[in-house]
Amino acid sequence: MTSKPLLLGVRAILALAVLACLAGPWLFDANSLTVLTEFFIVVTLALMWNLLAGYADIISVGQQGFVGVGAYAFFGFTALAHLSVWAAVPLAALTTLAVAVPVMAVIFRLRTAYLAVGTWVAADVLMLIAGKLPGFGGGSGTSVPIPVIKQFGARLGDRIDVFYAMALGLALIAFVATWMLLRSRVGLGLTAMRDNEEAAGSAGVDLVRTRILCFLWTAPFLGLAGVMTALEKLRVAPSASFNITDWTIDVIFIVVIGGIGSLEGPILGAILFFVLRQQLADFGAWYLILLGLISIGVILFEPRGFWGACRRWGAPDILPVGHEAEAHVLKR
Amino acid sequence: MVETLVNLLVQGVLIGGLYALFALGLSLSLGVMRFVNIAHGDMIVLFSFVILSLTGVLGWSPFLVAIVLIPVAFGIGWLLQRYLLQRTVGKGILPILLVTFGLSIIIQNGLLEAYGPNTRKLSGGAIELAAFRVGPIDIGLYPLLVFLLAVALIAGLDAFLYRTAVGARIRAVSDDPAAADLIGLTASRIYPIAMGVVAITMLVAACCMSVWTNFDPAIGPSRLLAAFEAVVLGGLGSLWGTLIGGIIIGVAQNFGSQLDASWQILAQHLVFLVALVFRPQGLFARN
Repeated sequence: MTSKPLLLGVRAILALAVLACLAGPWLFDANSLTVLTEFFIVVTLALMWNLLAGYADIISVGQQGFVGVGAYAFFGFTALAHLSVWAAVPLAALTTLAVAVPVMAVIFRLRTAYLAVGTWVAADVLMLIAGKLPGFGGGSGTSVPIPVIKQFGARLGDRIDVFYAMALGLALIAFVATWMLLRSRVGLGLTAMRDNEEAAGSAGVDLVRTRILCFLWTAPFLGLAGVMTALEKLRVAPSASFNITDWTIDVIFIVVIGGIGSLEGPILGAILFFVLRQQLADFGAWYLILLGLISIGVILFEPRGFWGACRRWGAPDILPVGHEAEAHVLKR
Repeated sequence: MVETLVNLLVQGVLIGGLYALFALGLSLSLGVMRFVNIAHGDMIVLFSFVILSLTGVLGWSPFLVAIVLIPVAFGIGWLLQRYLLQRTVGKGILPILLVTFGLSIIIQNGLLEAYGPNTRKLSGGAIELAAFRVGPIDIGLYPLLVFLLAVALIAGLDAFLYRTAVGARIRAVSDDPAAADLIGLTASRIYPIAMGVVAITMLVAACCMSVWTNFDPAIGPSRLLAAFEAVVLGGLGSLWGTLIGGIIIGVAQNFGSQLDASWQILAQHLVFLVALVFRPQGLFARN
């Protein structure tokens, strides 16, 4: 047991940070809001990748596929089908889920390492198909029409606020929903799978069903993150919307370095990543080389990442996903 | 019409030889050490750039450079397995996937910093243009030789694994690491040898690729995917199956490329996914 005051202190800081984020449009300038919008998208992606890799034993190298589907679906519903943007956002999430079902049915014939490469093949297929769709600008992509953008606010400043609020809302919902999933009956099985899959299976956890649930769980969130990327870039294109570096490679580094298999890890990792990227912006490819080296070092020497190291030094379980039994100590 | 189809088929089969070369090393590391090396394609590209630099400095033919590099490649594979990958053995699939993933990103971006993003190609000399006619079909001498090299390499590896003492040791450790350890065959001594052999196949694939077609620092992943699909299509643990898988990939690509460049890759992936639905264990799976 760690000290209660420390735990309360850390949670108070966390609550203040969330409050500051909620009050963001009144506290920060447009530039910071744009960076934070990007941060919330990346946090969402990191939470989803961590749920799969850290708990369900599905290592996805194809997360960018569903991000791209979300972006393209949003473009299709607004620019081509002329629906309201507020109808298009949930429809994009549903479309991503609908695409995820057949993808899952095919690639789940592969297991472990094979499945990892299978997700990559699936994402590549989705990207190539997106480049073939009529009306979406082919291989070079196309801009989101101005009337669609204007629905989010007539002035640029208003739109920045709206996009910020949407990204924050997405990250918060993704976080709370995943936390609740991990605290549920399914989550108990997932935590058992994280710690020892064979033992979890023999203790009655339905591994296949849990994996299917997790894989489909991530799809709508990835699709919504995709909608946000389309709004942020104001265009859809196969190379940008399905970008493996931005939506998967960076995310893998974030989760591995921050701490795989915990809820705190991906968030810590995302903060570290944004700080590091700001510092190393001028070094081009070197920053990815550095991230690669750090993550290999982390896997070899501290497999639970930065958060795992913090826990060993006595950091409290800030966001407990387990259920702690009340300890009643009898005084003699 | 029939002539065109036969021509596409024959050229596709020959390209399949090149894909089989890409896939051989992956088939070995999957079949023997039971992991997917995410950096497989990037290591092949790395060898291509090493051959490029040495041909520039020495003025030799790329084939001669590759032959001289064989012991170096074995050493690189040995060191990689002994001092990096072996550390992750026995900890499940996640660490080794993520280590090779990190390696892949380091190689890609290292090559980008060292050589820039331009596409390169090596000249193999007169042999590249030599061709002969069989009936209505032109067959390039170089593609044919690469195909025969792939066949020879598979036969050689098959003999190495199933007819030599070292091969028997490798298979013993692969089948049951704990039991093999009891009779003095430790994985940390045997697997590096296997990875050295894998690296030699990467070198051969790199040499054949860099004379056949363009390459740049970013193409590693597409080579990995093609190699992976060839291995899964052929069936795990079967080197001859990998050759057939490579041929199927080559033919699918060649037919797809008649439409456009993205159909080339799309056709390859779709054939793989359809095969996965109907025959997930591959065509020639060996238990």
